[in-house]
Amino acid sequence: MTPPPSATPIADQAARATPQPVAARLRGISDRALAWWFIAPTVLLLLAINIFPLLWTVWLSFTNYKANRAGRGAPWLALDNYHSLLNDADIWLAMQVTGHFVFWSILLEVVLGFGLALALDKRFRGHGVWTTVILLPMMLSPAVVGTFWSFLFQPQIGLFNYAVGYFAGVDPGAFQMIGDVPLAPWAIVIVDVWMWTPYVMLICLAGLRSVPAYLYEAAEVDRASTWRRFCAITLPMVLPFLMLAVLFRAIENFKMFDMVNLLTNGGPGSTTEVVSITLKREAFEKWRTGYSSALAVILFVTVFGAANIYVKALNALRNR
Amino acid sequence: MSYLSAAHSVVEPLPWAKRIAGALVALYAIISIVPLLWILVTGFKAPADAVAYPPKVVFEPSLEGYVNLFTTRSRQTPEYVASLPPAETWYDTLVRARGMVIAGPSKFAERYFNSLVIGFGSTFLAVLLGTLAAYGFSRFRVPLKDDLLFFILSTRMMPPIAVAIPIYLMYREIGLSDTRLGMILLYTAVNVSLAVWLLKGFIDEIPREYEDAAMVDGYTRLQAFVKVVLPQAATGIAATAIFCLIFAWNEYAFAVLLTSGAAQTAPPFIPIIIGEGGQDWPAVAAGTTLFLIPIVVFTVLLRKHLLRGITFGALRR
Repeated sequence: MTPPPSATPIADQAARATPQPVAARLRGISDRALAWWFIAPTVLLLLAINIFPLLWTVWLSFTNYKANRAGRGAPWLALDNYHSLLNDADIWLAMQVTGHFVFWSILLEVVLGFGLALALDKRFRGHGVWTTVILLPMMLSPAVVGTFWSFLFQPQIGLFNYAVGYFAGVDPGAFQMIGDVPLAPWAIVIVDVWMWTPYVMLICLAGLRSVPAYLYEAAEVDRASTWRRFCAITLPMVLPFLMLAVLFRAIENFKMFDMVNLLTNGGPGSTTEVVSITLKREAFEKWRTGYSSALAVILFVTVFGAANIYVKALNALRNR
Repeated sequence: MSYLSAAHSVVEPLPWAKRIAGALVALYAIISIVPLLWILVTGFKAPADAVAYPPKVVFEPSLEGYVNLFTTRSRQTPEYVASLPPAETWYDTLVRARGMVIAGPSKFAERYFNSLVIGFGSTFLAVLLGTLAAYGFSRFRVPLKDDLLFFILSTRMMPPIAVAIPIYLMYREIGLSDTRLGMILLYTAVNVSLAVWLLKGFIDEIPREYEDAAMVDGYTRLQAFVKVVLPQAATGIAATAIFCLIFAWNEYAFAVLLTSGAAQTAPPFIPIIIGEGGQDWPAVAAGTTLFLIPIVVFTVLLRKHLLRGITFGALRR
């Protein structure tokens, strides 16, 4: 995104060629100083409220600190927390639960989202209004969504149970989406799919609309079948967009907290205890600050790595 | 990308394909909107209707949910209720019909107000800082620009729960725990990354020639920024502000872990609205409705910029 040299303002070129004090008098504040003044507050704020706490987390992860007993000091444990984390069956269980949640929610979101995008791309009458209606769920607060879905999932009285009972011919009181061990992992998947399918749809739609018309025209001339057109043109052109959506959803769902916390709070037992819920329990219920910090570091490193790939994908698409 | 927007004009879908596509989309949209409508409707049900089996679609509307949302009530003996002077307001009457009297206002209004203060406060700061930084990144040669931009975005991806512990400890040290200022600063830090990325996209689209011309006319760089760039970026700034506001409004993880009283916002409060014998669903639904209305309005206003917002400004249309 660097501008061509010709776009550099004449005044800039003049200022650069002029000795510093003279330039300063000419221009008030130099561009270099202005850039610093403009960017520094943001960077400083992020350092104070994000990076400093993060480094603190890393430090705590090497200790046996307990936040509810601040006066006791914090014995240095080196890598002990990490060692016991990797040998903790509960952590591996949480990883499995998270994996199930991430995999199935994203798979269903991709299928539904891509399908909806293909349908919307037909530009039937009124597609704008329907798009806005479909987009609504993803703008809502995950916490509030989790709360009201727990109402819809109530056995007997819940609308979801009633609808499933009505269409599948089972007794709506016979199953509890958030109370039955085999069903609960699917409850969180259903709510996530309800909420985030629009996200995948919107990005896929952008992908579909980026396909240049001449490709389809050429396919028309070659009398390519619809299926062939889809496989040879649509899919490869949309794939980068789809990957972007998948990557972002994977990051978000890997660290999912709010919706699950309110819908199931990890239960029944620990069947829906995703990593963030385990982290909350260790940090704010058992007050094992050092141990939970180690888990936080692992969570963060994973997310950071994925974010790196995500930003590269983002830049690749932007510069197309 | 604008030259691509006419992509399908030549290959027009067949009429029947359009009709089927429209029907499928409408079906999905209706199914996905039903849960929201159900919550809206539940807010106007009497408690018995809200938990009736089979679920009631036709019912006698009641404002009990909203009354319960805004008040705390205590149960009294029928003799005591009968001995009271006649009820002065409709909501007194409503509550007394249930054998209760209003004990005072609930905390909902306070929590909602906190959401407003923290939402608008952090949005203002994030947009202010974000506009400056975005202009800096857009127009100046900044050393390590790409790394800085990645650093800024990566902070947004950080799991809230991973930094909540030290922020909790830090805020406890400096007296910011459970204060509105603390939450405003925190949400500003989370939102500023989105603001920088989004606004950089918007400012990149404003031709530099405008500022150059202004500076040739004798404006300083700062004057050109304020008088030329800012008005041009007004739409982008407004869209960014709405995105920041929605995030701050919706945020739950930090709010539930770091606030408990004075600075608590609505999201951690709504789920714990309890009536006699468990969750008071009409009141929860009423609170949810009041909480979601601003979001629905903003979503409709933002619909043209949604794609930009969810991809940090990378995709435009």
